[in-house]
Amino acid sequence: MKVRAQIGMVLNLDKCIGCHTCSVTCKNVWTSRDGVEYAWFNNVETKPGIGYPKDWENQKRWKGGWERTASGGLQPKQGGKWRILANIFANPNLPEIDDFYEPFDFDHDHLKSAPEMEAFPTARPRSKISGERMEKIEWGPNWEEILGGEFAKRSQDYNFEGVQKAIYGEYENTFMMYLPRLCEHCLNPACVASCPSGAIYKREDDGVVLIDQEKCRGWRMCVSGCPYKKIYYNWSSGKSEKCTLCYPRLESGQPTVCSETCVGRIRYLGVMLYDADKIAEAASVEKEMDLYDAQLGVFLDPNDPAVIEAARKEGVPEDWIKGAQNSPIWKMAMEWKIAFPLHPEYRTLPMVWYVPPLSPIQNAAQAGQIAAQDDMPDVRSLRIPVRYLANMLTAGDETPVVAALERMLAMRSYMRSKTVDGVVNLGVANRVGLTPHQIDEMYQLMAIANYEDRFVIPTTHREMVEQAYDIKGGCGFTDGNGCSGGSSGKSLFGGGKKFRSPTEFIA
Amino acid sequence: MHHFLYGIYPYIALSVMVIASAARYDRDPFTWKSKSSQLLRRRSFVIGSVLFHVGVLLIFAGHLIGLLTPIWIFDSLGIPHGAKQLLAMAAGGIAGVMALIGGFILLARRLFDPRISANSTVADTGILILLVAQLLLGVGSIFVSVQHLDGHEMVKFMSWAQGILTFDPKAASYIADVNWIFKAHIALGLTIFLLFPFTRLVHIVSAPVRFLWRPGYQIVRTRKETPAE
Repeated sequence: MKVRAQIGMVLNLDKCIGCHTCSVTCKNVWTSRDGVEYAWFNNVETKPGIGYPKDWENQKRWKGGWERTASGGLQPKQGGKWRILANIFANPNLPEIDDFYEPFDFDHDHLKSAPEMEAFPTARPRSKISGERMEKIEWGPNWEEILGGEFAKRSQDYNFEGVQKAIYGEYENTFMMYLPRLCEHCLNPACVASCPSGAIYKREDDGVVLIDQEKCRGWRMCVSGCPYKKIYYNWSSGKSEKCTLCYPRLESGQPTVCSETCVGRIRYLGVMLYDADKIAEAASVEKEMDLYDAQLGVFLDPNDPAVIEAARKEGVPEDWIKGAQNSPIWKMAMEWKIAFPLHPEYRTLPMVWYVPPLSPIQNAAQAGQIAAQDDMPDVRSLRIPVRYLANMLTAGDETPVVAALERMLAMRSYMRSKTVDGVVNLGVANRVGLTPHQIDEMYQLMAIANYEDRFVIPTTHREMVEQAYDIKGGCGFTDGNGCSGGSSGKSLFGGGKKFRSPTEFIA
Repeated sequence: MHHFLYGIYPYIALSVMVIASAARYDRDPFTWKSKSSQLLRRRSFVIGSVLFHVGVLLIFAGHLIGLLTPIWIFDSLGIPHGAKQLLAMAAGGIAGVMALIGGFILLARRLFDPRISANSTVADTGILILLVAQLLLGVGSIFVSVQHLDGHEMVKFMSWAQGILTFDPKAASYIADVNWIFKAHIALGLTIFLLFPFTRLVHIVSAPVRFLWRPGYQIVRTRKETPAE
């Protein structure tokens, strides 16, 4: 058993209102620079839809993630090491920027500098890449917002696999949900595996996956390797960039910007302990439907004395073990089993999980006739097809998704009895296999969702590995050149490199 | 002038290439990159880039082996100079034409595609023009070589290249009487070496062959090794 700790995230889609606050605050902090205007480390998609970049879920087209070889091993779907190197001059699986969208700005200046004209002056779009006029904007980061565009195009959505989708194009039967997406900080990241330079790495202490900007050479294999298309090639700097899980904030115990600013309080952050020795085995199970269960098997119970002892031996700090015991992620993913990984079939063992959304009853007119027990309708009569959710969250296995939706409905029914009628409805609790205490806890965490319950983030113990005195007066977080000393360790002329102060460069 | 260009300039160019590259790698690793523009425009990139890179790599290997292998090795293997020259002309010609076609496609893209040209520096466009010019000179020299197929001229270049690497002070004199096209080809080649550290060419040094025997696929970084004195 090799115990490692990972900061995981859960998003409760049942409460997401699609306001894009997460995307906008993330963009303001991380990607408001040249070369990454088109990149949204966090974006919110309206489903069903083909998403951003176009059709990203279709790995037959993009070749992201892993595939199981005939001998039972794993290799990146875009090919093993020889194959990746053979494609280094031109990557056949790389999306073009138009698959994301061509970034643009508007000629705002024209509004005030235009001469007197017959028509009112307008601010027309201009490409941020070439600076040329764009006559028509064809696509954007959220083109399908609230079911924008015709159903024929949106229904190319990969999650319709095995669903009779034609009827969902009819006005009466239409459905939608929001899917906020960010880097999954996978346990078995395909981007790390695809990087020929070895510039991408996973941090042992908190599981964050980062790109070393000084080691990245711009071979762009990570972009095609990541099945979630959450690595972005900065066309200005020539390096790849990705979501950092706001590690500077996490290290000091603060939630990520997207989580902090979520007005719907849908995001949860917490520690998960896992067994690094089990990753390869779990990611290579034969049947895709077993991948969700296999990943559950990788997580370690933080209350098990054997696990605690092993964690201490591996040097996991005491407050991280305690954090794992109070982790909201553990409760939702392992105890209540209401959160699921996004597309486990990519075999990356993702660590950003989702609580599936409830939806209105399919046919309001028939609502009275639908078999309902304890005010709970059959989840199969909900507007969003269960199979659609299962394709997204459990590689098509409907049973766990149905169980999760039932537990969420049961929580509502139980709390309604309790607060309105003053009755503790044991029947409904038993029927979904939860104790009244568990439902109270669920209600507290998911409905009330207090800040300190949602974010249980122990601080990083830099003091154990670094001399604060040595980095006094050095650079903070910089973007490449400005203050690039320090990380490569050795100087050309012998001895350690010195940190340089930013003022040296100004003078 | 001839002695400077072919007897001294090679040392200047090679020294600048090595020292400046090392300094850049050390001082500014962030700028060390291939600077691919595939994301901005896929059309014509795949064919152009593959032809160009494969062609140039073949040519580079050919020059390395052809120029730097001591002539007595060929003699002891019983390969006549004329045959070696024919081989060099045929292989170099095919690879050269490949690289040239690829180079023209990439140059057209860099000059005339609004997305790419707006994001090219002088160094990006300049080095590509120089490389295409060098390929033209190289392929052009085949027409001169056809006029003397005995391998005599070729041996001069081998002596010169090996002379430079062995610090032979008479190296430049070996190629004093060769055709101008060879001289131009060599001078331009040395200039490309000289400019190497200041352009995107540095990505050649980082060709990630290490990837092939990197153990496993995953990389985990730990802070634990740092001694907490």
